[in-house]
Amino acid sequence: MFYPGPLVALVDIGRTISLVIIGGGLLWLFIRALKGKEVDRRVIFLFIFIAVATPILFPITFGEKATRVVKAVYDKIESLPAGSTVIISFDFDPAMAPEVQPMANAITRHCLVKGHKIIFMSLFATGQALLTQTLRDVVETEFPDKKEEVDYVNLGYKAGNEGVLNVIISDFKKMFPTDVNNIPYDSIPALDDVSSCKDVDLIVSIGGGKPGVKEWVLFVGDPGRVPVACGVAAVVAPQMYPYYPKQLLGLLGGIKGAAEYESELIHNYPRFKDVDTPGLRMMGPQTLAHMVIITFILIGNLSFFIKKRKDRQ
Amino acid sequence: MRREVPLFITFFIGMLLIFSVFIPPMESLGEDFTVFFDIIAVFAFFLGGGNLLRVHVSKLTRQKRDWQYSIVTLLGFAVTLVIGLFKIGNPGGIAAAPTAAGSLFQEIFDYCLVPLGATMYSLLAFFVASASYRAFRAKNREATILLIAAFIILLGRTPFGTVVTGWIPESFDVLQVPNLAVWIMNAPNLAGQRAIMIGIGLGVVSMSLRVILGIERTYLGEDKS
Repeated sequence: MFYPGPLVALVDIGRTISLVIIGGGLLWLFIRALKGKEVDRRVIFLFIFIAVATPILFPITFGEKATRVVKAVYDKIESLPAGSTVIISFDFDPAMAPEVQPMANAITRHCLVKGHKIIFMSLFATGQALLTQTLRDVVETEFPDKKEEVDYVNLGYKAGNEGVLNVIISDFKKMFPTDVNNIPYDSIPALDDVSSCKDVDLIVSIGGGKPGVKEWVLFVGDPGRVPVACGVAAVVAPQMYPYYPKQLLGLLGGIKGAAEYESELIHNYPRFKDVDTPGLRMMGPQTLAHMVIITFILIGNLSFFIKKRKDRQ
Repeated sequence: MRREVPLFITFFIGMLLIFSVFIPPMESLGEDFTVFFDIIAVFAFFLGGGNLLRVHVSKLTRQKRDWQYSIVTLLGFAVTLVIGLFKIGNPGGIAAAPTAAGSLFQEIFDYCLVPLGATMYSLLAFFVASASYRAFRAKNREATILLIAAFIILLGRTPFGTVVTGWIPESFDVLQVPNLAVWIMNAPNLAGQRAIMIGIGLGVVSMSLRVILGIERTYLGEDKS
């Protein structure tokens, strides 16, 4: 979030006051815990609210360093020669969008700056509208020179879940005779060298539900020997690790994964320094909320042990 | 006959699709059946819409508890459907995609559905915090292991983890909290997840065989005859 000059001091004051309130409040609860007192559920809710709202109103940003799993995705896109074809599948709904759409945006940005052709599609009915957001906010705004149907193509949503993948592994046209603009498959220059998923260089599935990453690995990645990478919500990430690193070359998990990717992109491409980076922006609320949760876990254990000792006595 | 015919169809199609995977000349057959399936899958939308109407109209007419919300649901459904179907307010006209940038359908999606979905999902933060406070207690050995793992994962998901352990040299970087969090995901979590997945896989194979061979017949429903 950008604040004009005079507001900067106000933001700093607001941020400091909020942090003092959170810190002071937690200290008070800690002292209460030393007496063996439990914390009411509503107090926890209040602290989480302040911890999440403060960095949204008064932004707190942190530096990020890409972990191996995220770096693997970045390096793969970076190493592909210009003109390679990448599928980005929007397999998520609006509920998951705040967590995974920043990944989709960052990966789209990276592919376009490297000169790759992108095939956008979705296995979720609501994914097509979310795809439109990325096209509008990233592709059309930041890359006005990129032409639809030439540098990228929007195939949209197709019903059928894994059935769709089962067909496009051998014949794309059978499932997508036209793109969303009703342009016939054969008249789309971006698809000139693509007759099936086996012809693409990388598949990136963004999502976490079903159909999604798992189906891409089982129905396309493995049988077609196509590299698959993914970006998923944090709660889904543990289920994806069994596929890493052989069936999934890398994965972005939750907002942290998005922030790491954005950070890596900004570090290597300074032209993206001023673009919106929701991943990095949202790390403030996430960090503060996690710290509050960690403190509550400590407080909970402290009061638990003190109570246990009192009961023994 | 009411039982035998569906059982025969299931057996025949099931065997055909199994063979289509292993016999190359039959591969296209499997693909064609998938396309048939995809066409049938589209009808699920009609069923879904029909069911939504049935449930909420009945709730409204019988004035069941919270019937007022059904008005909002039905109105939202009708308005979105009409705008999407007839491309009302779509700059590209009737030939454009319903989700074309700037279309009314997309605006409804952007400014109603997206914030509502995100709000529902974000409520998780409050419940997770409350549940963590109550559940992560070192009551016994297993709970302590869970607590330590949760602690590392929580810390590893924040830049604070990098700050605290950033001083650890590159050669021992696995000990840095974010990498430790990745290790927990990549070793103990992976082992557990794979065991579950293999179990599910074997279950799916045996269940599929039971259906194809006609041993499992619950999908046919109750035979009233």
